[in-house]
Amino acid sequence: MGFFLEVVLGGLMAGVLYSLVALGFVLIFKASGVFNFAQGAMVLFAALTLVRLMEILKQTFSPFLIALLLTIAVMIALAWVIERLVLRPLVNQPGISLFMATLGISYILDGFGQAVWGSDVYALDVGVPKRPIVLFESMVPGGVLVPSEDLAAALIAGLLMLGLGVFFQRTRIGRALRAVADDHQAAQSVGIPLNYIWVIVWSVAGLVALVAGIVWGSKLGVQFSLGLVALKALPVLILGGFESIVGAVVGGLIIGVGEKVSEVYLGPAVGGGIENWFAYVLALLFLLVRPEGLFGERHIDRV
Amino acid sequence: MPKFLNAATLLAAAVAAGVLTNTDAALAQANEQFVPMLVYRSGPYAPNGIPFANGYADYLTLVNERDGGINGVKIVSEECETGYATDRGVECYERLKGKGPTGAAAFSPLSTGITYALTEKVFTDKIPLITMGYGRSESVDGSVFQWNFPLLGTYWDAADVLIQHVGQINGGLDKLKGKKIALVYHDSPYGKEPIPLLQERAKRLGFELMLIPVTHPGVEQKAAWLQVRQSRPDYVFLWGWGVMNSTAIKEAVAVNYPRDHMYGVWWAGAEPDVLPAGVDAKGYNALALQHSAGQSAVHADVLKYVYGKGKGAGQKEDVGHVLYNRGLINAMLLVESIRTAQGKFGKKPLTGEQVRWGIENLSLDQKRISQLGLAGMLQPLKVSCSDHEGARHARIHQWDGTKWVFVSDWIEADETVIRPMVDEAAAKYAKDKNLTRRDCKVGA
Amino acid sequence: MLYREAGQFKTTYGADQAVFPIRQDQLFIALWLAVGLVLVPLVSSEYLLRAILIPFLILALAALGLNLLVGYCGQLSLGTGGFMAVGAYAAYNLCVRIPALNPLVAFLLAGGVSTLVGIAFGIPSLRIKGYYLAVATLAAQFFLDWVFSRVAWFSNNTPSGSITAPPVTLFELTFDTPVKKYLLCLSILVLFAAVAKNLVRGRIGRAWMATRDMDVAAEIIGIRPMYAKLSAFAVSSFFIGVAGGLWAFVHLGSWEPLAFDVNRSFSILFMVIIGGLGSILGSFLGAAFITVLPLVLNQLPQWLGISISTAMISHLEAMIFGCLIVFFLIVEPLGLARLWRIGKEKLRLWPFPY
Repeated sequence: MGFFLEVVLGGLMAGVLYSLVALGFVLIFKASGVFNFAQGAMVLFAALTLVRLMEILKQTFSPFLIALLLTIAVMIALAWVIERLVLRPLVNQPGISLFMATLGISYILDGFGQAVWGSDVYALDVGVPKRPIVLFESMVPGGVLVPSEDLAAALIAGLLMLGLGVFFQRTRIGRALRAVADDHQAAQSVGIPLNYIWVIVWSVAGLVALVAGIVWGSKLGVQFSLGLVALKALPVLILGGFESIVGAVVGGLIIGVGEKVSEVYLGPAVGGGIENWFAYVLALLFLLVRPEGLFGERHIDRV
Repeated sequence: MPKFLNAATLLAAAVAAGVLTNTDAALAQANEQFVPMLVYRSGPYAPNGIPFANGYADYLTLVNERDGGINGVKIVSEECETGYATDRGVECYERLKGKGPTGAAAFSPLSTGITYALTEKVFTDKIPLITMGYGRSESVDGSVFQWNFPLLGTYWDAADVLIQHVGQINGGLDKLKGKKIALVYHDSPYGKEPIPLLQERAKRLGFELMLIPVTHPGVEQKAAWLQVRQSRPDYVFLWGWGVMNSTAIKEAVAVNYPRDHMYGVWWAGAEPDVLPAGVDAKGYNALALQHSAGQSAVHADVLKYVYGKGKGAGQKEDVGHVLYNRGLINAMLLVESIRTAQGKFGKKPLTGEQVRWGIENLSLDQKRISQLGLAGMLQPLKVSCSDHEGARHARIHQWDGTKWVFVSDWIEADETVIRPMVDEAAAKYAKDKNLTRRDCKVGA
Repeated sequence: MLYREAGQFKTTYGADQAVFPIRQDQLFIALWLAVGLVLVPLVSSEYLLRAILIPFLILALAALGLNLLVGYCGQLSLGTGGFMAVGAYAAYNLCVRIPALNPLVAFLLAGGVSTLVGIAFGIPSLRIKGYYLAVATLAAQFFLDWVFSRVAWFSNNTPSGSITAPPVTLFELTFDTPVKKYLLCLSILVLFAAVAKNLVRGRIGRAWMATRDMDVAAEIIGIRPMYAKLSAFAVSSFFIGVAGGLWAFVHLGSWEPLAFDVNRSFSILFMVIIGGLGSILGSFLGAAFITVLPLVLNQLPQWLGISISTAMISHLEAMIFGCLIVFFLIVEPLGLARLWRIGKEKLRLWPFPY
């Protein structure tokens, strides 16, 4: 029982990390209908920028804070450049062309990031405790092991999502964003500047990427493979729906738990390594019941 | 339909032009030995690929700068980026194999996947494939794998040395009976290589073997380590590469698995593997492919002749890292093989076939190793037609939080276990491919 | 002036509906076929054939197959690598288990196996659409990857899971030299391209396109969506399966499941998008763009005599490649094939555009 709890907990922690990456996808898809393939590259780029700036700023009083602020500035600048040079010329084009364009962006970011910052592995230590905590020792034999690093990551991710929720529900810009998400043309006609909104959305997605980069980077070390975590977010997306922030969170948790439980309990029977596709099958099963994802919007087709 | 040929022919012209100019340049200075380098300096495995490539390049530069080449034959080399991808590796091979006055001397792809793909091609192109410490374990048998050279050790040796080491710790191999050993491996041919040997050993010694695959690239291993936590194996062998290694160490911390019971293969025992984990990696063990980190006489030369002249491939501070040293030794073995071959064929650029003779007759004793400035990093080795490996010694080193320290003596892999397996696998390969064996007694 | 159909009269319906109704086009195709079949094998270096042209031809075949599904039927798929793997492993197993079987026949049978697998994984498309379907096909990709690396039977129980293909022969002829391999791939590609071109002109192709444009409307005018979608999955998987067999047997010779990983799927989808959805020609252009361009960019500095470090070259390669993708999409979001068509229209009016 204690072990089962650990597996579920492990799954939840992993799930939070998946949601974090999925969130970046959802934000952009919601506001501009673009399936942003460059999200993974953005995670890598943000983390690389942060960790290398920290190295450069080693002498200052707080390298982490200054580097963090600078990286945020870089991500905002990046959002602006992307909007100017890629999105604006491609406005009103089919979604698949935009998807392809974000692929181009991800190549550029990968190349640029490595050219400027190097392709080695860089340790990122943000002072998160690593020793695991043992809980419920009195209730289950051996206790339940909770890795404190994952706990901290989950906490950060939770805070970020809460912040985003407040931002979307309570602020003026957030309301404008939701209006754009609902209907581009209607939003524009009531005087919401689309281009400006896009810059903001991509900036926010950049920030989410930065947070994901910090969390994953302190776990894996900052290196090229960080960009590959984007693949882990895809089943979350179809499960939770491309357009739902809540969906990204809940979907992430379900995928995380489902994946770990299946790997630990079913995996050994069939040779292991099943978590990779099991997540997709899980998501697929949900889809067959609800084709627009758990929290996606139902579309009605008209001929 | 029509335009694709258009594009292709344009490219054809461009490529042909490129090839032509290159051969022209090469013909102009004919006393050169061409050494191709398949490297990966970008992409997911770059942190491990870069130091290896730097060590390799620096040693070749050193030979040119200090000795004026191999007996006066200058080495020219060219890098080609594979990104650890098999199809790019094949393209690089095709691109480089014919360059230089005599073609490529030998290839070292540093990737098991590329090695498998090239094994087919080197047969027809007659170019040796040096896979130092990786590649197909059965390619030790030079009568079947005429062009493959897994110098210094294969994965079967590695697994065997690890078993012997944990046996020693427990006071004898027979004490392993009833123990449980988990293999956490990269789910690819590379990671699967040691399994047959470990199974064979498990059968003989009576320990329990647990196989836990980790999907490429290995960024998500929580489930694997939860299984480790559940079954509490006595030892965990780690067969990872790149990001998988550091992640494994971190996950081991997260499930409280003692690091000093973890043993990595020699590709999971370098600085990029432990540094991201920081102090938590303390106590982690890994095989050393003979050498570890650290500098010896040859490094002083490298710093003087290569970095002193501003011709270094990497950073001065990285000279002497584990993978740097491995690249350097790999280049050294090739250079010495060419030197050996020059003894027979004359002091001129050699073809791949001639270089193979050099590798097969390569023999380095302790004295020669000291002369080369590698004392203490290498055991004597002697390659032959039937033994394409030359030496099968390894040591264990441990990360003490800041550096690698040796915790074991030299251990030699047990031939009586491995050789029958090699013979069997090589025979099967020869049969599948309809190969005629070369008679090693005749002397090629 | 040169490219004008004035004076070419069509007197039968058959002539009017020919694949290439304009005489210049026919000449053009014949010319390029001649170049491809005769000139290229004569003048190409081994490197060009083995490292560029053969992979290009095989991937073009895969892209062609995927284009039938994505471009003509509108069903996004990211399982291409998996279906290629099915083709490769099926061909291998057929050859190993039935030694008398000719590998070329095995390719076709392997295409059949791939078709069945494709239909099975196409079933979710009846229910889900768009990006959801794309991500759902990733399930096929990862599942097939896993099956081939985990079930030892598929790789004939080789311990490392890496397998070596038997030689490809036809009667007394063994396809061993680069030129022969190139010609084999080219002939198969031409054959399949002709089949594809005729399929999309016919009833089935029109059913696909109607489904793509609006599936509800298509259903109303009497096209069965199940038939249209699953037949697209079937035909596409057949093409892709054959391409997978060729890739494994002719190009690599020895492979492991990683040769057909998800990156392969992505890169073939990119070929289709950048080349032009719903265009046979686009598949070739896209395949050329995605396979050949990086290699050219990678070697360009050397040809120009500029010395840059290998690492920097590969970073620059990625950046320039990305920039070109974005650039072409901005110039023509509908792909390279569309650029070609616009060029042709312009040529038709040239030199008097009014």
